[in-house]
Amino acid sequence: MALKEERNIRAYTQNFGTMTPGAFQKKLRTCVIFQFIRFIVINIKMLIVVGKSH
Amino acid sequence: MAKLVILGGGVSGHTTATFAAKWLGSEHEVIVVTPNSQWNWIPSNIWVGVGQMKKEEVTFDLAPVYKKAGITFIQAKATEIHPEGSDTIEKAFVTVESTSSGSEGEVTTVEYDYLVNATGPKLNFGATEGLGKGSELGEHTVSVCTAGHAVHANDKLKEAIEKMKSGVRQKILVGTGHGLCTCQGAAFEYIFNVEHELNKAGVRDMADIKWISNESFLGDFGMGGLHMKSMGFAVSSKIFAESLFTERGIPWIVGAHVNKVEEGKVHYELLDGEMGEEEFDFAMLIPPFTGVDLKAIAKDGSDISDTMFAPNKFMKVDAKYGVTDYNQWKASDWPSTYQSSAYKNIFAPGIAFAPPHPISKPMKSPNGTVITPAPPRTGMPAGIIGKAVAHSVCDLITKGEDAELHKISMADMGAACVASTGKGIFDGTAAAMTVYPVIPDFDKYPGTGRDTNHTFGEIGLAGHWIKHILHHMFIYKAKLKPGWTLIPE
Repeated sequence: MALKEERNIRAYTQNFGTMTPGAFQKKLRTCVIFQFIRFIVINIKMLIVVGKSH
Repeated sequence: MAKLVILGGGVSGHTTATFAAKWLGSEHEVIVVTPNSQWNWIPSNIWVGVGQMKKEEVTFDLAPVYKKAGITFIQAKATEIHPEGSDTIEKAFVTVESTSSGSEGEVTTVEYDYLVNATGPKLNFGATEGLGKGSELGEHTVSVCTAGHAVHANDKLKEAIEKMKSGVRQKILVGTGHGLCTCQGAAFEYIFNVEHELNKAGVRDMADIKWISNESFLGDFGMGGLHMKSMGFAVSSKIFAESLFTERGIPWIVGAHVNKVEEGKVHYELLDGEMGEEEFDFAMLIPPFTGVDLKAIAKDGSDISDTMFAPNKFMKVDAKYGVTDYNQWKASDWPSTYQSSAYKNIFAPGIAFAPPHPISKPMKSPNGTVITPAPPRTGMPAGIIGKAVAHSVCDLITKGEDAELHKISMADMGAACVASTGKGIFDGTAAAMTVYPVIPDFDKYPGTGRDTNHTFGEIGLAGHWIKHILHHMFIYKAKLKPGWTLIPE
């Protein structure tokens, strides 16, 4: 049985060549502790880009 | 006393006006001419379009803000620029037509020493049969380009959701309404918000959602795509975007020029020349942009619009125009001062400047139809350019006409973008992306054209939080609240 995350992929259709997230990756996307760390990291990355652009 | 006139009160014009007023003080006059009485934080229109925000949360009245800043506010649309004056008026001036309640249509003139054309785009719905007339949205589709459009879009979406709840299956189509559109990112964000809302309403299984756009591949975004660093790979935005669509079960049509819209159906032509039709019950299609209807008139009364404006009505500036071969394009083609190529006291920041060429590779169908995304110039680049132009004009006024102009090219500038899915603090996710530089520089960054150390994309709640912060921070800044100058563009 296909994993839930992979159910939308159809062989030899337009989405057969892409990647799809697994359960762990999807959990990380909404894990508050992990996302709080990523929030700090993304903000720093964005501030660097903003700084380089002014 | 010098007189600086700014046409347009959007991201770019507002940035130029507020910084110029602060730096010039009361010794000089800053005038903003804009047809809108309100400022709109356009990125949050997406949330208005799905009912997650009210129009009042993304707009505010300009008049009190400009009064506080010492800026003269004229609610009117500019119709003509007279850069050499006229027989009866010695100085350069613009002709404006009032849009203010009680004086609509009244025509007056506003003299200037320096002019900033930050008029942004004309939403050219009329370019596609059935999409609308001129800049007016038609009756078959919806838009999220203005706060008013977004309110209308939400009303129609709610009607579709009610039908789904009553057991009627609905076809939803989101994307671009012409082969030359830009702003794919807005449609990209909207389709995922719609999908999120349908899930919340418990009717996702009653909807067939489909994407249609003029991008030659999913994830082009009008920037020729990008490669972002992820999991140790330089991952193409094509993979990134296709993954997001696949995860949500949304199929896509790309390389499409929508050439006709009628009730419940769009007709389109693909890059391979094939013609197709797609039915819909609810469709949000972004219109193509052109410059606003602004003429340039010489002192003798002759029309010199062709000298000042490109055929798409955007203002010609210090860009390298006329390079049509994609293989000859250079990052240095892009402008850096935004000074009019015809008049040194005129500037055009933001969407109003004529780009030298697209960023995406130009493509045509075998029938000769051009299907190529126009280059995006909204958001962060518009604000940064607006501030650089304010610097330049202030220096010209205070230091003299020989003052060095401030330079900032989109080829040396990055952009940060957050595309949300839903609005909750703990539900939904957002794609947070940065790209550096906006214009790929294949000489400096062979291969991807961009610095992959500073080009990244990530999906998660953190992006949501950032989008919330950006919403409040930029409205705070635009209202000129204490410390507003500390917030970057």
